[in-house]
Amino acid sequence: MVTYIVRRLVTAVLILLGASFVVYQLTALSGDPLEDLRASNAPNREQLIQARTELLDLNTPAPLRYFGWLSGAVKCLVPFAATCDLGASIQGESVTTSLARAMGNTITLVSTATVLAIIIGISLGIITALRQYSGLDYGVTFMSFLFFSLPIFWLAVLLKEFGAIGFNNFLADPDIPVSTIVVVAIASGLIWALFASRSWKRKGIAFLLGAVVAAGLLFVLDLVDWFSTPGLGPIVILVTGVGIAFGIVLLTAGLRNRKALVSSLIMVAVGLVAYYVVNPILNAATIWMIIILAVITVLVGMGVGFAMGGYDRGQSMRAAALTGLLMGLLIVVDRFMVTWPSYVSNSRVRGRPIATVGAETPGLDGTFWINGLDTFTHLLLPTLALLLASLASYSRYSRASMLEIMNMDYIRTGRAKGLSERTVVMRHAFRNALIPLATLVAFDIGALIGGAIITEQVFAFAGMGQLFVQALQRTDPDPIMGFFLVAGILALVFNLVADIVYSFLDPRVRVKA
Amino acid sequence: MSIQTPSDLPSGEAATVTGPTHPAPEPEAKGLSQGQIVRRKFFDNTAAIISLVAFAVIFLLAFTSVGFAGIPGWWKYNHTEFLPLLNGGAPTVTGPFSWGDHPFGQDSIGRDYFAMTMRGTQNSIIIMFIIGALAGLVGVIVGACSGYFRGWTEAVLMRFTDVIIIIPVVLAAATLGQAVNRYVGSGAQIWLLGLFLGLVLWTGLARLVRGEFLTLREREFVDAAKIAGASNTRIIFKHILPNAVGVIIVNTTLLMSSAILLETALSYIGFGVKAPDVSLGLIISQNQEAFQTRPWLFWFPGLFIVLICLCINFIGDGLRDAFDPRQKKFNAGRAKDAEKPAA
Repeated sequence: MVTYIVRRLVTAVLILLGASFVVYQLTALSGDPLEDLRASNAPNREQLIQARTELLDLNTPAPLRYFGWLSGAVKCLVPFAATCDLGASIQGESVTTSLARAMGNTITLVSTATVLAIIIGISLGIITALRQYSGLDYGVTFMSFLFFSLPIFWLAVLLKEFGAIGFNNFLADPDIPVSTIVVVAIASGLIWALFASRSWKRKGIAFLLGAVVAAGLLFVLDLVDWFSTPGLGPIVILVTGVGIAFGIVLLTAGLRNRKALVSSLIMVAVGLVAYYVVNPILNAATIWMIIILAVITVLVGMGVGFAMGGYDRGQSMRAAALTGLLMGLLIVVDRFMVTWPSYVSNSRVRGRPIATVGAETPGLDGTFWINGLDTFTHLLLPTLALLLASLASYSRYSRASMLEIMNMDYIRTGRAKGLSERTVVMRHAFRNALIPLATLVAFDIGALIGGAIITEQVFAFAGMGQLFVQALQRTDPDPIMGFFLVAGILALVFNLVADIVYSFLDPRVRVKA
Repeated sequence: MSIQTPSDLPSGEAATVTGPTHPAPEPEAKGLSQGQIVRRKFFDNTAAIISLVAFAVIFLLAFTSVGFAGIPGWWKYNHTEFLPLLNGGAPTVTGPFSWGDHPFGQDSIGRDYFAMTMRGTQNSIIIMFIIGALAGLVGVIVGACSGYFRGWTEAVLMRFTDVIIIIPVVLAAATLGQAVNRYVGSGAQIWLLGLFLGLVLWTGLARLVRGEFLTLREREFVDAAKIAGASNTRIIFKHILPNAVGVIIVNTTLLMSSAILLETALSYIGFGVKAPDVSLGLIISQNQEAFQTRPWLFWFPGLFIVLICLCINFIGDGLRDAFDPRQKKFNAGRAKDAEKPAA
C-alpha cells in the first residue's frame, strides 16, 4: 500500500511538472500582455511598456521564463521556510495572498451546493430506482435531463430575474394573490401524486392532500404576514421535530424498535427545552459556539440512546444523535428567521435582501446572525444554479448503481430469509450502492476548489474561477499558474484518494502494490 | 416533452411486474445480430426517437434557413445585415405558419434575430460534431493502444492523458482564440475552435475505452485470434473494437452534449466564438442586459441550446439502454398487451 501511494505521488509530481510547462506556454501564447498599453494614449506610454516588459520579463522567451517561475514555486515545497513565491499579478499583488482569499470564497460558495447536490441527488436516485418506470421515475429523469441541459449562465440570468428581482419586489409588499395560491396548490398536489404509489385512488388522495396542505399553508403564511416576519416558534419546532424523529427511526431502525423511537422522542423534548434555555446564550453566538453546541447535542443524543439500553444500543444512539442534530438545526434556522426583519431593514440592505452579485454586502457590520443571513442571501442564487446543474449526475449514477444492486442475488437471499423491505433496502442495497459513488464524490471534491468559472463570472463572485478568468483576460501568467497549481494538485490528490477509498470500500478491488 | 406520462403506465396488477425480471417477449425463433437487437431496442425508446426527430428538424432548420458554406438559404436576411427597426424589434411570429418579417425580433442594432439564432445554432452544431468526431477518434486510439499493448505504451499514454486532463479547458480555448485572430481569418474560427476543444476533451473517453480493452483482451476469442495468427491491428479493429462499440458510442454522444454547453459557455465569457461571427452563447452574453426591455433576445438562443442539448442527452440515454445487454427495457405498452391474454 505504502509503495503504491509513494509511486502514485512521484508520478503525480512528474505529471504536474509536465502540465505546468504546457500551461505556462499556452498562457504565453494566449495573448499579448501589453495590449492595453499599446492602445493607450498616455504620454508615458513607452515607459509603461518598458516597465511591464521588465516586470514580466518579456524579453526572455517563454520556455525559459517558465524556469524562472518554477524556481520560485519550488520553494513552496520546503516546509516552514515561509518563502513560498508564486510571483505576483500585473497589479503587483502577491499570488499567494490573492489565491488564499479566492479559495476561501470559492469554498463557501461551492461546498454547500456540492453537499446538497450529493444528498438530494443520491436520495432522488435511490427513490427513482426503487420505483423504476413509475411516473415519479419518468418525472425525475426528465427534470434531471432538463437541468443537465440548461446552460448555467442562462439559468443564472433567469434566477437573477425571478429569484432576486422578482422575489425582492414581492418581499416589499408580501401579499399572495389567490391565483398564485391555486397554481402552487396544483403543483404541490401533482408532486405529491407523483410520490404516491401507483394505484390511481392513492394518487388522487395524495393530490388532494398535497393541494390542500400547500394552499392552507400559503394562506396562513399570508395571513400572519410570515414573509415579512418569518419564524418557526416552539409549536412548529415541536411538530416538525416529532416528524423528524419518526422519519429517522423509520429509516435507520424501523418503527418496531421502540427503544430507538423513545430515545429519539426524548431528544425532541430535550431540543424543545434547549430552545428556551439556549436562546439567551445565542445572542452572542459565534461559529465556534454553534459547533460546540452541535457536538454537545450529539453527545447527549448518544447518551440518551445508550441509557435506553436494549439489544441494539447502536441503533438507538444513532437515531437519537441524528434527531438531536436536526432539532438543533431547526432552532438555529428559527433564530435566523427571527433576525430576518432587522436584516432587511438594515440601512445597507434597504429592503432588497436577495442579492444578485458579490459575496457580501459591503460595509455591513452586524452580529453573527446578521452576517450569516447576509452570506445566505448572497449565496442563495449561485448555490441554486450550481445545485441544479450538478444534481443530474448524482441522481443518474445512484439510480443506475441502485438498480444494479437490487438485481443481485444477495438481495433476493435477504428477502427470502424474511428480512423486512426496509432492512433489505437500507442495509443491504443502499450501502453497496454508495460504493461506486464514492469515486464520483472524491472527483467532485477535488474539482471543487477549481471553482465554478461560469457561475462566479455571472454572479461577480471573487473566487478562484474569476481570478483565473481575469488573469487570462490580461494574459497575466503568475495568477494563472497559481490557480493551475492549486486545482491540479487537488485533482491529482483526490484521484489517488478515490482509488484508495474504493479499494477500502470494495475489498474485491485491490490496488496494485 | 418526450416522457411517458403516467397514463401510459399499467395500473393495478401490471404494475407489480418489474422491468429486469420481466422476460423480454421474443417470439421469433430466428436469432438477431447485435446490431439488430440494438436498433430494435433503440427504436422502442419513445423519448430517444422523439429527440432524434426533433434534433433532425433543428439541424435542417439551422442549415437550410441561412445557408451553409456559400450556398444561400431560403431565409431572406443574414446575420450581419443592419435593417431598420420595425415595431421596436419585437418578434413577429404569431403561429407556426405566420412568421412575419422578423419571427424572433431584431437586436438593438436591427439585425434579424432569427438569422442570428440560426447561424449560432449552425455553429454550435458544427463545433459539437467536430468535438465528437475528433475526441472520439483520439480517445479510442489512445485508449485502445494503452489497453491492448499494456506495458510501456500504457504507462506513457496514460500519463500523457493525466497531463492533458488537468490543463484547464478555458485556457486551451483562449489560446486558440488568440492564435486564430493572429494567424488565420475569422472564417476558420468555428472549425479551429472545435478542433482545439476536441484535442483536449478526449481524456475521459480514453480512460473508459482502456478499461473496456483491459477486460476484453483477456477473453478467449482474443486468444483464439492470436493463435490463428491475426495481427495486432486486426485483433484491435476486428475483434475487440466491435465489442467495445457501445461504450464508445454512448460516451461520445454524452461528450457531444456537454461540448455544446462548453462551447456556449466559453463564447459567453468571451473565449469561444468571437464577434463578427455569432454563437448562441455569444448573443446571449451580448444581450443579457436587455432582459427587462427585450426579453426575446435572451429567450430564443437559450431555448435552442436547451433543445439541442436535451435531444442529444435523450439520444445518448436511449443508446445506453439499447447497448446494455443487462438492461431489458420494460416497455409499458407491450406489458399491457402481454397482460391481456393472461387475464
